[in-house]
Amino acid sequence: MRDFLVLRVVAKIMMAFMLLFALYVQFHGDFGPGGGFQAGVIAAAAIIFYAIIFGLPAARKVVPDRLVEAMVAAGVLLYASVGVAGMLLGGNYLDYFVLHADPVEGQHRGIFWIEAGVLITVAGVMLKVFYLFAGRPSEDEDGQ
Amino acid sequence: MMAAATVAIAVQRNLFSVVILFGVYSFLMATVLVALDAVDVGMTEAAVGAGISTVLLLGTLYLARKEEMKPLHRPLLPLAVAVATVVVLAYGTLGLPAFSDPGAPIHVHVAPRYIQDGPRETGVPNIVTAVLASYRGYDTLGEVMVVFTAGAGIIALLRRRWNGKQKEKDR
Repeated sequence: MRDFLVLRVVAKIMMAFMLLFALYVQFHGDFGPGGGFQAGVIAAAAIIFYAIIFGLPAARKVVPDRLVEAMVAAGVLLYASVGVAGMLLGGNYLDYFVLHADPVEGQHRGIFWIEAGVLITVAGVMLKVFYLFAGRPSEDEDGQ
Repeated sequence: MMAAATVAIAVQRNLFSVVILFGVYSFLMATVLVALDAVDVGMTEAAVGAGISTVLLLGTLYLARKEEMKPLHRPLLPLAVAVATVVVLAYGTLGLPAFSDPGAPIHVHVAPRYIQDGPRETGVPNIVTAVLASYRGYDTLGEVMVVFTAGAGIIALLRRRWNGKQKEKDR
C-alpha cells in the first residue's frame, strides 16, 4: 500500500487526529466516557494504521520493539507503584486521598496516574500482539 | 441486522468475508451498547472488536488459507447443545427483574452510594471512572495484570517460535 498517494497523505493527516483523540479520551475520562483502556486501544490503533499504510519496518522505527516491551511492564509497575506510594504516605494500598493535602485532589492524582498505567500497558500489549502477528512470515514464504 | 450478520458468518465459507462480517457485527454491537447508555463499553467494543481484532484476524488470514474446510461430521450434536443452552438461558431471563426496574437488587446494593457520594468523595463527574479507578481499584489492577499476562504469554509463545525458525534458516 506504500504506493497509494492519497492513502499516504490522508494517513499522515489522520495520525495526528487519532493520537490527539486518544489523549482526549485519556485525560477527559474524568468528565466524559473514556479512560485508560479505551485510550490505549485507540493509540495502538493509530500506530497499527500507520504500520498498515507505511509498512511494518516504518512503524518499528517510530515505536521500536524494545519500547513496546518496556511499555507492557511499565504500565503495570506504574499502577502498582501508585498503590505503594499511597502506603508510604500512610494510607492503605491503593488509597488515593493521601496523595495530596486535599483528599479530592488526591483522588484526582491517583486516578490520573493509574489511568496512565492502564494506557501504557494496554497500548503496549496491543502493539506487541500486532507486531508479532504481522512480523511472522507467511506460510507460503516459509515453506521453501 | 445482528442476527443476519451472525447467520451470514456461520454460512459463509470465504474467511475474508467472515472477518469483515465480524467487524460489521462489532459495530452493530457497539451501537446497541450506546443505545443502552454504556458509552464506555461501546467505545471499547468499536475500537477493540471492530478495529484491532479485525486487523489481527486479517493478519492471521494472511498466514493461513483463505477458504474454510468442509466440515468433517454432521453439526447436529453441536446444534442440539447450542439450542439447549439458548433454552436454559431464556428460561433464566424469566427470573431476572424487569429492564431498568429501580427495585432490582443491583440498584439497591452499593450503586446508590456510588451515585450519591462518588462525586463528592472523588471529585470525578464520570461515575464509571470513579468506580473503576477508585472504588474498584484492586479489580482494575487485576484487569491490567490480566492484560499484561496475556501480552507476556503471547510474547513468550510467538517470539521464540519465530527465532527458532530464523535459526533453522541460518543453519
